[in-house]
Amino acid sequence: MSTPVREAPPRKEPVSATAAAGRAGGLLVLAGVLVLTMAASLAIGAESIPLDRVVAGLLHPDGSREALIIQDLRVPRTLLGVAVGAALGLAGALMQALTRNPMAEPGLLGVNGGAAFAVVLVIGFLDARTSLVYVWAAFAGAAGAALLVYAVGSYGRAGATPSRLVLAGAALNAVFSALTAGVMLLDPRNFDGFRFWQVGSLSGRDLEVFAQLGPFMLGGAVLALLLARPLNALALGEEAGRALGVNPGRTRVLGALAIVVLCGSATAAVGPIWFLGLAVPFMVRSAIGPDQRWVLPYSLLLAPVLLLAADIAGRVLARPGELETGIVTAFVGAPVFIWMVRRGKAPKL
Amino acid sequence: MSRVVRAGALSVRWEPRAAAVGVALLAVGLAAAVFVVGTGDFPIPAPEVVRALAGQGDQATTFIVTELRLPRAVAGLLAGLALGISGAIFQSMSRNPLGSPDLIGFTTGASTGALLQILVLGGGAASIAAGSVSGAVCTAAAVYALSYRGGGVNGHRLVLIGVGAAAMLEAGNSYLITRAELRDAYEAAFWLTGSLNNRGWEHAVPLALALAVLVPLALAYGGRLKMGELGDDAAQALGVPVQRSRAILVAAGVGLIAAATTAVGPVPFVALAAPQLARRLTRRTGPHLLSAGLMGAALLAVSDLISLKLPAAVPVGVVTGTLGGLYLVWLLTTTGRKGTT
Repeated sequence: MSTPVREAPPRKEPVSATAAAGRAGGLLVLAGVLVLTMAASLAIGAESIPLDRVVAGLLHPDGSREALIIQDLRVPRTLLGVAVGAALGLAGALMQALTRNPMAEPGLLGVNGGAAFAVVLVIGFLDARTSLVYVWAAFAGAAGAALLVYAVGSYGRAGATPSRLVLAGAALNAVFSALTAGVMLLDPRNFDGFRFWQVGSLSGRDLEVFAQLGPFMLGGAVLALLLARPLNALALGEEAGRALGVNPGRTRVLGALAIVVLCGSATAAVGPIWFLGLAVPFMVRSAIGPDQRWVLPYSLLLAPVLLLAADIAGRVLARPGELETGIVTAFVGAPVFIWMVRRGKAPKL
Repeated sequence: MSRVVRAGALSVRWEPRAAAVGVALLAVGLAAAVFVVGTGDFPIPAPEVVRALAGQGDQATTFIVTELRLPRAVAGLLAGLALGISGAIFQSMSRNPLGSPDLIGFTTGASTGALLQILVLGGGAASIAAGSVSGAVCTAAAVYALSYRGGGVNGHRLVLIGVGAAAMLEAGNSYLITRAELRDAYEAAFWLTGSLNNRGWEHAVPLALALAVLVPLALAYGGRLKMGELGDDAAQALGVPVQRSRAILVAAGVGLIAAATTAVGPVPFVALAAPQLARRLTRRTGPHLLSAGLMGAALLAVSDLISLKLPAAVPVGVVTGTLGGLYLVWLLTTTGRKGTT
């Protein structure tokens, strides 16, 4: 039997059993919506394919044109969308909980900037043009940037306060983007290789990208979900957290590790996607409150729904071409975010 | 530390330290500009440059100095001045060091306007200027209007909404870049980084004209910023018409940022760092627009000189971004204090 202290729900007001049941129900509904969105992502595109033929194409690949479109283009794209969306939603929620900063976001904290810099270095100096090289470079760059931002932000007596982390992120992002521009503009060929990477997109990635990065995303997600309870305890403050049996230092290190893995692999897979990590936990918290045991799973499910929806919208709006996913998420995410700020739902920095 | 000098009805607050810092910054900026003018395929020693500027050099040197290289140096100094002042206005009004025009979308909006001209409509310098000004004005108007609620604009809300708008415009800019022909896109990306290359009098003169109107306007209303920092209610109680002053200062700040962006592109970090640096040097508690502006001018001129001395031809924005970011990193690691907010 575990100790009663550990079992105490770390909230100020006890939430009734019906509310918990409601949240679990909401989670199920959201999972259903995600499945529907995935189906839509398989069916809708430059060429719309009726759902029964989608199912047929999946189950009995007969080499027909439709089956090939589904297998080679839409399945990788949909799987990546789910994995990347989940990773970015979780990473955003974790960052916001750890830094206690509603504006914390993978892009804002330097991760996208670091990944971009690594990719442009690889393009510029190694003359690499294959996507798997980009993938590992972006992973290393994102991880290095996240660690550097955290190290700079937590250096000194005051430690990693939210405002210091955001400033460190803004500062290093600026350095990275300046250096990226420097390398990119040295040679028009560098620039041409890079300009398509710098708008995040789900298209044109094959299953190999998913196979290589999927395990990282899965590991990061499991770690993130395991941190929900200690994060709740830490939200009451360092002292109270310790009293509840949580080791604040270890929670932060594990949280940072999960963030690095999640953001790094997501950015490596599809390029920089802005706003999803900011908007999703924000929407979840304003709907169901700050309990991390719910915020993390809700973010995990809501983010891929939004990312896939953005991807589908990009295919429909610009038919027969398409709009890159990263552009659609920004154009949809920003107005929602602004609307919420206006309604006064934004917690204080 | 401040004294008041009176001459009849007019009284001016005189601060020896701020004045000394201002003079020093001006000297640094002008000296860097002289070296910028001396740098190029035909290096000209600084004394020769000064002689040519005074109208006493030989014909060839004078031509190179005044026609080819001076506009670049002048555009750099003036754009730095505009960026510094504009940054001080918005940081003070949002009461947040992150509330600089680069971060809250105004610069990005100016870039969007210019990019539309460069890549889609294909206009010349004048229409790029018009595009950039209308981009900045539209963005500022939208951010300001969206932040307006319950009879006022709250600084915190302004920053959040500005960050949202910036992200959206940034995505739009990337989209335009991917859709363009490689050569056009490359040129646009060069411009987007912030560059002083190939700047002629056609860039410097309009910038100077805009600043002749906007700088006095900003300085005249700038004194009220300090009271605004006390909070809206306190300022109102002291008799400052908060919303009207704010509207005028927003207009002046947007005008400055648009003028600077039109002339040199969205040079990063000067607007963010200049007011902070100036504040530390003058040891003033409140905002001081003129010293922030002079700091901006010195920063941009020195950065331009560095960019010219580097082995590879990098635009000045690469230097300001790197230096500004490293400065912030240094600030964060040396001050154990809780951020600078």
